[in-house]
Amino acid sequence: MAAQVAAASRSGLRSALPLLAPAYLWLTVAIFLPLSAMVFFSFMTDLPLSGKPWAFTLENYAAFFSQSLYLTLLLASLRLGLEVTLWCIVIGYPAAYVLAKVLKGRSREAIFLLVILPFWSNGLVRIFSWAMVLREGGILDTALNAVLPFKINIDLMYSYPAVIIGLVHSYVPYMVLTCYLTLQAIDDSLIEAGRSLGASRLQVLNRVIIPLSLPGLVAGAALIFVPVVGSFMEPRILGGRTGTFYGTVIEDQFVAVFNWPLGAALSFILLAVVLVILAVASPVLRRAT
Amino acid sequence: MRMPDLTALLTATAVFTSALAFAAKADEVHVLNWKGYGADEPWAIEAFEKATGNKVVNDFFNSEQEMLTKLRTNPGLYDVVMINAAFNDQAMAEKLIQPIDTSKLPNFPDISKDKAGSPMLVHDGKVYGVPWVWGLTALAINEKSFDKPPTSIAEMWDPAHKGRVTIRDDAVEAVQFGAIATGQNINDIKDIEAVKAKLTSLMPQIKTFWSSENDWNQMAASNQIDIGTYWSGSADRAKTHFKLPVALVIPQEGAVAWLDAFSIPVGSKNVAGAEAFINYMIDPKFYVEWVTKVGAPVSANTKAVEALPGDAFNRKVMGDPAVAKRIQFQAPITDAQRETYLSLWQQLKVDVK
Repeated sequence: MAAQVAAASRSGLRSALPLLAPAYLWLTVAIFLPLSAMVFFSFMTDLPLSGKPWAFTLENYAAFFSQSLYLTLLLASLRLGLEVTLWCIVIGYPAAYVLAKVLKGRSREAIFLLVILPFWSNGLVRIFSWAMVLREGGILDTALNAVLPFKINIDLMYSYPAVIIGLVHSYVPYMVLTCYLTLQAIDDSLIEAGRSLGASRLQVLNRVIIPLSLPGLVAGAALIFVPVVGSFMEPRILGGRTGTFYGTVIEDQFVAVFNWPLGAALSFILLAVVLVILAVASPVLRRAT
Repeated sequence: MRMPDLTALLTATAVFTSALAFAAKADEVHVLNWKGYGADEPWAIEAFEKATGNKVVNDFFNSEQEMLTKLRTNPGLYDVVMINAAFNDQAMAEKLIQPIDTSKLPNFPDISKDKAGSPMLVHDGKVYGVPWVWGLTALAINEKSFDKPPTSIAEMWDPAHKGRVTIRDDAVEAVQFGAIATGQNINDIKDIEAVKAKLTSLMPQIKTFWSSENDWNQMAASNQIDIGTYWSGSADRAKTHFKLPVALVIPQEGAVAWLDAFSIPVGSKNVAGAEAFINYMIDPKFYVEWVTKVGAPVSANTKAVEALPGDAFNRKVMGDPAVAKRIQFQAPITDAQRETYLSLWQQLKVDVK
């Protein structure tokens, strides 16, 4: 009996192999190999490609600890990640709730389309559009001054809020989509039962809806937090002189000064920090869900 | 599709693409340069191809380090490379470039003597780089913000321009700019702390750091900046080509000058084509067309500059002996200096947050 089961599962694996092979082949070629090359680079004095003599070293990792600026920037990037995630929850969760529970039929489809519309445009185009909106004499400034009776001066461009606005706009669809999926799965009769048993709307929200949709909230937060911490394009374009973050320094190492080993080492330190944060957070979050 | 078909297809694709990548034909001239920097102008390539029968293949780099790496890792691929004179020494020492037989370049005798004989390009009597154009990293102003152009570098620190100043996001350029502002020699900075203090006091004035011509021009077009560091050729392009209210200012304290030169990499498969291309690049006819159509830095070829109209900026201002006296040409920088400048610049950018 046991042998039969084992044989069956083995043949199951064998028939599944052709189906799995493309994905795993792709993962190996596209992710595992370049990533291991980067690990290798991060321990070198110079790139082997550069044609100069090179040796193994820990200096690239030591650089992070010997200069306070990397730590300062890492903390700034983590703060940026938290703030953007928070705003995405504030904006995305209610939107997802309305989509899942209030709207039906055509109107739901239309709003849904509007939510995922940013995904269809190139990231750089989105950021440059924000630049036109946010600057002094830009669309926002001109529009508000045309409507308001008094003169105000809105110049958000090249500031920390501009970076937050650009990033929230880019990432809020992730939060809407993940929350929408979990909210939609909540049986309406649970909410009705809560209400009929005398719970107020707020109590229903706190005791039924939020706990049941927490997995979506957590998934959305992780999907947003991780890329935002390493973001470099949005801070560079929208942040002006306050736009230096951990991601922009890594980009500089690769693009401007061509110090790949240091850039790789800084990237892996970021990866380690993010993994530690997710690991520390996961038991708390699992208990919550 | 059956498995063997797929394999065959994949192999065929791989072979095809690698054949494309390595098929450097004898009559092709592979040129390595910054993008949008003269050598890739379509009208110029067309004229050159028609005149010589060579086909031009352009490749680009985003930093000098990348350019050197491309030369090291692709021996024999490139026929012409554009190298800032300050990096020529390093490229020669690493045996990446070869001596050039200047007798094959009919336009070479017209290059101004001080540039043609520059110790940065000539080693042991052999020419390793043919001077092409030179220019300045100086200041440019938004003409809407000034009644008359400023004369001093101190204008950047004027509280009237707070939040309307820009500077390039480049460590070496920023530090050398600071050296000029503190009255030091850019190639021999004795008091780096003074440079740091000067740049620290500049930071609150800054709106944003620019990294490409496009950044600068957009900010000027939307009237977001008054003044900032800029390259002379770019300021010319902004005015000529984009019709922006931008004017270059060469402050009385001085400006950083750089010299760009063409070299032939070791192992070039088409040296004759390379020589023809370099000769075409320093030709007055190409230069005048480049300046008129697009805007360019100053040619190293004196005949080419003389072919410009008498009131042309590149002739009138850049050729002014008084200007020549106060500019400082960039000399090679050691790796140690580069690291020092970079960490200083990064620290400044973090402190301003």
